[in-house]
Amino acid sequence: MRRRVRPGRVALVVFVTLTGVWLVAPTLVVIPMSFTEARTFAFPPKGFTFEWYSNFFTDRQWYDALFTSLRIAVLVTIVSVVVGTAAAFGLVRGRFRGKGLMQAFILTPTIVPVVVVGVAIFATYLRWRISGTTLGFVLAHTALAIPFVVVTVSASVRTFDRRLERAASNLGAGPWTIFRTVTFPLIRPGVVSGALFAFITSFDEVVVSLFIQSPMVRTLPVQMFSSVTREIDPTLAAASTMIVVFTTTLILLTLFLQTRGSDAR
Amino acid sequence: MPGWLRQAFGDRWLLLVVPTLAFLLIFFGYPVVQMLLRSVQEPTSGLGNYELFFQTEVYVKILRRTVTTAIIVTVVCLALAYPYAYLMSIVSRRWRIVLLAVVLLPFWTSLMVRTYAWIILLQDTGIVNDVLERAGIGRQSLIRNTLGVTIAMAQILLPFMVLPLYAVMQGIDRRLVQAAESLGANPAKAFLRIYVPLSMPGVIAGATLVFILSLGFYVTPALLGSPQNAMLSQLIVQQVSTLLNFGMGGTMAAILLAVILVILLGISRVVRPSAAYDAVGPR
Amino acid sequence: MPDKTTAAGAALQLDGLVKRYGDVVAVNGVSLDIEPGELITLLGPSGSGKTTTLNMIAGFAEVTAGSIRMAGRPIADLRPHKRGIGMVFQHYALFPHMTAYENIAYPLKQRKVPKAELRARVEEVLALVSLQDHGDRYPRHLSGGQQQRVALARAVVFSPKVLLMDEPLGALDKKLRERLQLEIKRLHRLLGTTVVYVTHDQEEALVLSDRIAVFNEGRIEQVGTSEELYERPRTRFVAEFLGESNLFAGRIDRGDREPAIVTDHATLRAPSSCDAQDGAECVLLVRPERLRVAHQPPSGADNVLDATVRQVIYLGSSRKVELMLPGDHVVVVREPAGAVTELGEGDRVHVSWGRDDGVLLPERDGAPAAGDSLAVPA
Repeated sequence: MRRRVRPGRVALVVFVTLTGVWLVAPTLVVIPMSFTEARTFAFPPKGFTFEWYSNFFTDRQWYDALFTSLRIAVLVTIVSVVVGTAAAFGLVRGRFRGKGLMQAFILTPTIVPVVVVGVAIFATYLRWRISGTTLGFVLAHTALAIPFVVVTVSASVRTFDRRLERAASNLGAGPWTIFRTVTFPLIRPGVVSGALFAFITSFDEVVVSLFIQSPMVRTLPVQMFSSVTREIDPTLAAASTMIVVFTTTLILLTLFLQTRGSDAR
Repeated sequence: MPGWLRQAFGDRWLLLVVPTLAFLLIFFGYPVVQMLLRSVQEPTSGLGNYELFFQTEVYVKILRRTVTTAIIVTVVCLALAYPYAYLMSIVSRRWRIVLLAVVLLPFWTSLMVRTYAWIILLQDTGIVNDVLERAGIGRQSLIRNTLGVTIAMAQILLPFMVLPLYAVMQGIDRRLVQAAESLGANPAKAFLRIYVPLSMPGVIAGATLVFILSLGFYVTPALLGSPQNAMLSQLIVQQVSTLLNFGMGGTMAAILLAVILVILLGISRVVRPSAAYDAVGPR
Repeated sequence: MPDKTTAAGAALQLDGLVKRYGDVVAVNGVSLDIEPGELITLLGPSGSGKTTTLNMIAGFAEVTAGSIRMAGRPIADLRPHKRGIGMVFQHYALFPHMTAYENIAYPLKQRKVPKAELRARVEEVLALVSLQDHGDRYPRHLSGGQQQRVALARAVVFSPKVLLMDEPLGALDKKLRERLQLEIKRLHRLLGTTVVYVTHDQEEALVLSDRIAVFNEGRIEQVGTSEELYERPRTRFVAEFLGESNLFAGRIDRGDREPAIVTDHATLRAPSSCDAQDGAECVLLVRPERLRVAHQPPSGADNVLDATVRQVIYLGSSRKVELMLPGDHVVVVREPAGAVTELGEGDRVHVSWGRDDGVLLPERDGAPAAGDSLAVPA
């Protein structure tokens, strides 16, 4: 059966395709940029070299920043997942007054502009003498990450069939065993999602990190920011490319797994 | 629920929430409150900082520029995102995933990377200017001014408009539009009269989100703009980071927050929160 | 093989069980003595309290009042996971992230059964439900009937003394249900466990049960074997819930030597065991297969009434005849196939039955008529 193609539909598809290109293409310029031989931002780049990639892993400034970011992001993920998952359970299963208020409050770090959060945290952490320390970073980033964890894990907990917990109880499992063997495995996708959100929120965090940075603790985004403002260093392009490749792989993998998972049903 | 269970867990669920609440109160809530307090305490008690802000012509200009830019960015994003989200909601599953991936990729890519990419593109010797020159329009100054900032922000914030729009659109029962057409309305009219109003909750959600994000945006205006055309966020950073003037910095942050709160309150008056559910037809 | 002697069921004693949810009383004084190894069905309409009673035995509903004893030991204060009672849930509640094998092994793991023995018992039980080749399948790759059998296997693998089943076959189609009913019956014989089965399907109850407890509005109206409940129901509710009924409402008249029931349109001879008082309101129940239809008035029958044939329905193995009696009273007759009499719609016939073919029931639901000695567990 031939479907009549409406001209409106054609125009729509063209428009959307252009929008799609507009969404993705600009970011892609960093890739060829990372191979340039000259120390400029000129595009198209001249020459071809892996120099900037190796520089990323040999220049202290850069790889220190990378490991600092990784270290902080891992800690942030652990703390926010543990604390946030517990909160998700409490909010979904509990029946107590003020639950709505609590849920709204937990979301406020996402509503308040980051620059405001940065000012507030910088001022207070300075007084507490934790600004510029790993601890300060972990605390600040965790505050930003927790809402994501709570929201994603809550969704998983909400759709979990509690009759399975009943069955497990009937079969002889105590409360903790039930959580370990039945509940957690089934909400794990939500927890993993939340962990991913938390990790990326911390790893990519720029504004608050700019405020509370110190020579001892400099995260990768901060390093990238000062690289742009200070000198022309194509290592920035190499770092950007690696981030783009990594993020893209992660997204595509997640989407692929999701489609595979639902096909198997 | 058995009594022993209820007794143990009735309040125990609350216990699980306490760590999160405590954490956020101490390490987030308290700092924000402190900042607001300092804005009316430093350097002197009272609303002196606020008065000073609104009396300083430069500051007011910056505030106006910030709001105007945010409006423009929101409108542009809406224009681009609406068709995109619409197509996403009507194509087959396979294509939907493709379109979703195209939106999620930039969404998850580091903000620094995306801003840096725009620097490369918009600079005077950049590719955009090369194209403009070839096209006969001539080189323009696209960087270190508001135009460049606006263009970059419109691209960077676009996913935040697409996703809420799509979320609402996928729940709209398109048979309603078909019904209108069967009753005699031409496709365009049916779309305008039926579909668009049903998509309003998504439009409002997306527009609010993008607008609020634009107001507080720092990285892109800071790197693509210049001190001559600064946004409010850059002003705040300058006050706090460079001048360590927490009083005025806090004041500006408070003003930014106030603008956002006003918008949110205005939205909640205009839109019934349940409106989003009215549009959702049977799946 | 789960050892028959150790797996043999335990006695279960329910004593004055009450369950209150705020102002609503879901279970209003249920007492029941369940024999070791019997399969007793809790039968009743939705909301009659049978599932709530089951949940109290399992430990998922707190007992408001009353006690539950298993093999003499009170268990109402024990947490569910300490009761050692097997349960099959209505929608199976199989763990989706575990294979059939792992599902069945779960209770054994909780009891720290050593690996070799665990393996042997799981495979044994899989064979018992004819799923020995399906152990490594996930629930989503099993049909409804197969899932139900895995649920069953999981519930019996640890040789519980009591097995609870909460409308386990409700989600299956008729043919599958019938097949699984027989499976369950077979397994029950094999394992000797005490089984408490909840259902609203009276046919299912009749097929499976050693005894049936009929629930109505939070109380048990009558307990007995299928035959007892069918042939000698004690209340109108039980009579109407199990099987088809023909009911004649009227008053007792002991004036003549033989007790009679006076209805609006006829005087009927009461069953010889009738000891109700003169003037008592009552209902006479006659089951469809006890009625005879003939064109000529039969000689020697205790009760004969004029009727008109409304409909004849051929059912293959039997025949159902709907008769219209005076006063717009419809009565149903069941005759085995090969009945001799030719009947057509509109025929004037006579319906008859012996006086002991009828059962006398109290008029009001659940309340015994004056003089009737009823020992309804209250």
